[in-house]
Amino acid sequence: MQKNKKISKNFILTVIAIAVLIAILGFLQADSINYSYAITIIERSCIYAVAAVSMNLMIGFAGQFSLGTAGFMCLGAYVAGILTMPVEIRDQVYYLYGMAGWLHDIRLPLIAALLVAGIIGAALAALVGWPVLRLKSDYLAIATLGFSEIVRAICGWDGLGSITNASYGLSNIPAFKNVFEAVGICAACIIVMLLMIHSSYGRAFRAIRDNDVAAEAMGINLFHTKQLAFVVSSFFATVSGGLLAVFLRSATSSTFTVALTYNILLMVVLGGIGSVTGSVVGAFLITGGQEWLRFLDQTYYIGNFQIPLLRTGFRMVVFSLLLMIVVLFWNRGLMGSKEFSWDGLFGIFKRRRKTK
Amino acid sequence: MSLAYLLQQLLNGLSLGGAYALIAIGYTMVYGILRMINFAHGDVFMMAGYFMIYSMAVFPWYVSLPVVIAGTIVLGVVIEKLAYKPLRSAPRMSVMISAIGVAYLLENLANYLFTAMPQSYPQIDILKHVYTLGDITVSRVTLVAPVLTVILTVLMIQLVNHTKMGMAMRACSKDQNTARIMGIKVDSVITKTFIIGCGLAAIGSILYFTDRNTVQPYSGSLPGLKCFVAAVLGGIGSIPGAMVGGFIVGVCQIAITAAGYSVFSDAFTFVLLIIILLVRPTGIFGEKATDKV
Amino acid sequence: MKKKVLSIVLTAAMMANVLAGCSTSPTGSSGSDSGAAGTDSAAEGSTIKIGVFEPKTGENGSGGTQEELGIEYANSVRPTVTVGGTEYTIELDWQDNQSDKTVAATAAQKLISDGCVGVIGGYGSGTCIAAGSYFADAKIPAIGTTCTNTNVTLGNDYYFRVCYLDPFQGTVMADWAIDQGYTEIATIDNIGNEYTSGLVQTFTAEYEAKGGKIVAAETFQTNESDFKAILTNIKASGVKAVFAPTDYLYAPLLLNQAADLGLDVQWIAGDTWNNPVITEDAGDNAEGVVIDCFYAEGGNEEFDAGFKEWINADSSRLEANLNSDTIIGNQAMCYDAYMVMLDAIEAADSLEGEAIQAALKDINVTEGVVGGAVKFDENGDAEKNTTFILKVEGGEFTYVDSVTHEE
Repeated sequence: MQKNKKISKNFILTVIAIAVLIAILGFLQADSINYSYAITIIERSCIYAVAAVSMNLMIGFAGQFSLGTAGFMCLGAYVAGILTMPVEIRDQVYYLYGMAGWLHDIRLPLIAALLVAGIIGAALAALVGWPVLRLKSDYLAIATLGFSEIVRAICGWDGLGSITNASYGLSNIPAFKNVFEAVGICAACIIVMLLMIHSSYGRAFRAIRDNDVAAEAMGINLFHTKQLAFVVSSFFATVSGGLLAVFLRSATSSTFTVALTYNILLMVVLGGIGSVTGSVVGAFLITGGQEWLRFLDQTYYIGNFQIPLLRTGFRMVVFSLLLMIVVLFWNRGLMGSKEFSWDGLFGIFKRRRKTK
Repeated sequence: MSLAYLLQQLLNGLSLGGAYALIAIGYTMVYGILRMINFAHGDVFMMAGYFMIYSMAVFPWYVSLPVVIAGTIVLGVVIEKLAYKPLRSAPRMSVMISAIGVAYLLENLANYLFTAMPQSYPQIDILKHVYTLGDITVSRVTLVAPVLTVILTVLMIQLVNHTKMGMAMRACSKDQNTARIMGIKVDSVITKTFIIGCGLAAIGSILYFTDRNTVQPYSGSLPGLKCFVAAVLGGIGSIPGAMVGGFIVGVCQIAITAAGYSVFSDAFTFVLLIIILLVRPTGIFGEKATDKV
Repeated sequence: MKKKVLSIVLTAAMMANVLAGCSTSPTGSSGSDSGAAGTDSAAEGSTIKIGVFEPKTGENGSGGTQEELGIEYANSVRPTVTVGGTEYTIELDWQDNQSDKTVAATAAQKLISDGCVGVIGGYGSGTCIAAGSYFADAKIPAIGTTCTNTNVTLGNDYYFRVCYLDPFQGTVMADWAIDQGYTEIATIDNIGNEYTSGLVQTFTAEYEAKGGKIVAAETFQTNESDFKAILTNIKASGVKAVFAPTDYLYAPLLLNQAADLGLDVQWIAGDTWNNPVITEDAGDNAEGVVIDCFYAEGGNEEFDAGFKEWINADSSRLEANLNSDTIIGNQAMCYDAYMVMLDAIEAADSLEGEAIQAALKDINVTEGVVGGAVKFDENGDAEKNTTFILKVEGGEFTYVDSVTHEE
């Protein structure tokens, strides 16, 4: 009885929270030009959240230190970009190489294009995973990092110019229709990953993370489980790359460097390795944080006195120092491996009241 | 394709490989003892480049050399004490992440302190002397780099195999806990490892940047990764391996670029890595590792 | 416990993230609310914002910083604009695009939500292409300063530009090379850089059409610092001239490494090499380098003198201009872009994006600009047919020739 009541209370709270969120988004959307800056930050955070959760699935849940995220995102950006670009504008974008005939007239709606991208990414992951996943920790990290660089080089190779437009990249990719579309697709991706993590597959992931030898003894096929985690994680990393291309309305291989992988890794770490909500929070904090700290890049004067330290570049120094502090003193991240829950939230208020 | 052309390209590759090798030795020694990829090593190497610029502005070159090496060592040791030591008992992944964080911090710091503008690297006249032999033109640094690398590698091997400090290092890399029980001060061994690694990185940076003339905040990140690949290629933990790996990566990179596939010059390094890892996961000189349950 | 407190702080932070975005926008656009939104309520502070979209950090940081000086100087020359009988003070709104296309999108959005009336910038075509569609959607006119790639304005009704384009620049340099008697040449292309690839492509097309032969077409990747392999190839090919329209960043590296290899050729490059970094870092090795440029010192005495005086008046400006009072072509273009923007606002007599855009389409500015008259064609590109050829002599860029090219 007690339990039922609690569930329904949490359910209502969740519904209210979602409603509030939708209302806020609706408010922003209604005046989208004036709030375009806020909308950009939200959309970018959401897209990075998908990438971060997909990385967390691999690192935090399956315990495999894979750093190939940027490579899959690059693939996704190109596939989604090519498939959604308006046909009439293609000759203009591909003015140097000319677009390959078989590809020229294929155009898909956004969701379908993202799915195709995801499937290609997953297939590639299955292919690459077969040899690479036999490697352990550091070796896996460096091999996947290398793989990501290889994908990037292939996308920028002029030999494939008629497909990828090589170093010129893609432009004029149609944007999201509104903020709901962007946030909705991202939310759907994260929910699917959450469901996966809470299924028996998710338990298998955690088993191989905690002790692979023991897990194998329990009858879990180590290789298949790793492979599955890698394929699913890559699917969503590729989709997030596609979303990023739509968000940026352009795709160039130079966006998807190792630095992008590191950036996403820092989101995962900040939020807490092994926590989905943590990764989402991490994505929002890092993306938003870089914007909030913008004032540090400006030079201020009090009368004739220039405030020391503040000048271009200081923002990123402060930002990376903050990150180091989190890594060193909170190395489990902000959420640890816990997930957000209403009970946890209220627990804090209750205990606080008691201490008062 | 003339012989002179081939020889010139080979010299280009060996000179690049020499600088790579010196950085790779730093990676390999740290990995040997701490079992961590020091992602910040490439950026320490970049900072050494800036130290040279600023010390050459004040001192003559023969004073600058020790100043730069000392400065780089101090930076490396400080990083070790602040960012890696507190995490000694944490999972390996945390230390790696901390290293990535340090790399990020150093790049941003360089961007802030020295601006994004590429800065001119001071020219040390005795290294820049240009020799001409028929169709081949080389500067002295191109010749010095591989020779110096080999000499330093031999010295390092002697140090590790025939001194008390080297013995302590080997003990720590085999089994830290047992080494501690045997009365070896593990922390001091780790510090010494960083001192050697960063010292070599400083020398490598002088060879590398003298040849390239400019330093900018991101000049360390990609060479750093390639040097790590070189270390893995040679067999991580092995000093001669790092040297051979460095030369292989350097020569291959030049060969690929010369063949007109510069797009794949970085990617090829990683293809090489993946192949080596699959065929011989411990690299060319690596010892066979056993999994601990 | 600590963790739970944190999780709450975080959720709050997330909400704040959402709200911060909202709250900054209205305050950001106060005083200029008559701008982007197009409402014609009387502005209270009578200031309007003009956005400056330039890289201050990243690989093009130095170029962007120098361009900003040009805009700032133009602002000091003409700090106000009169619309509908009201005099508005112009406030420049700087946003750093970090030479990065993903950051460029955010920086563009920030300018839009700050309520900028128009945008000026920037250095580097890639970031401008990335930002262009945002400006078009928000109906905010932008004037490109030195982004020479065709795609910046093509298919974008709200992006204009005051400089010439890659096809023009490439053609002129190819003609120049042929005229100088170089029948064989090597090119160096930076894979992944719109500017360099564009110039190499158009140069190659014209050069081959004129009967020249590209003997070696070398490429390198962004962030590369070792050019010995490709320079050795060029040396082996035996050419007497090299066309290398790279970002200025790579110029001293190419020049110095070429000297180390004993490669003695005529270097030909584009407008980006018009940067003091090159003469400073490459020293004697830079002697004889030939570039084309938007503007050469001496083109407008009044501007030259005024700008130099303004630069020397403040040590921080001098520092930003790399401790020299040399005027680079980009700064003249920035000056012109600012003037054209103001002229368009006055011609439109409105602060509405659509009206200014319409005015820009018909504008023909002949006075007050320093790099030649500005009139836009149907793509929004200024009809410029003159470029200045400069040569490095005695460590200075010296004027050699001006080339006018008729289509």
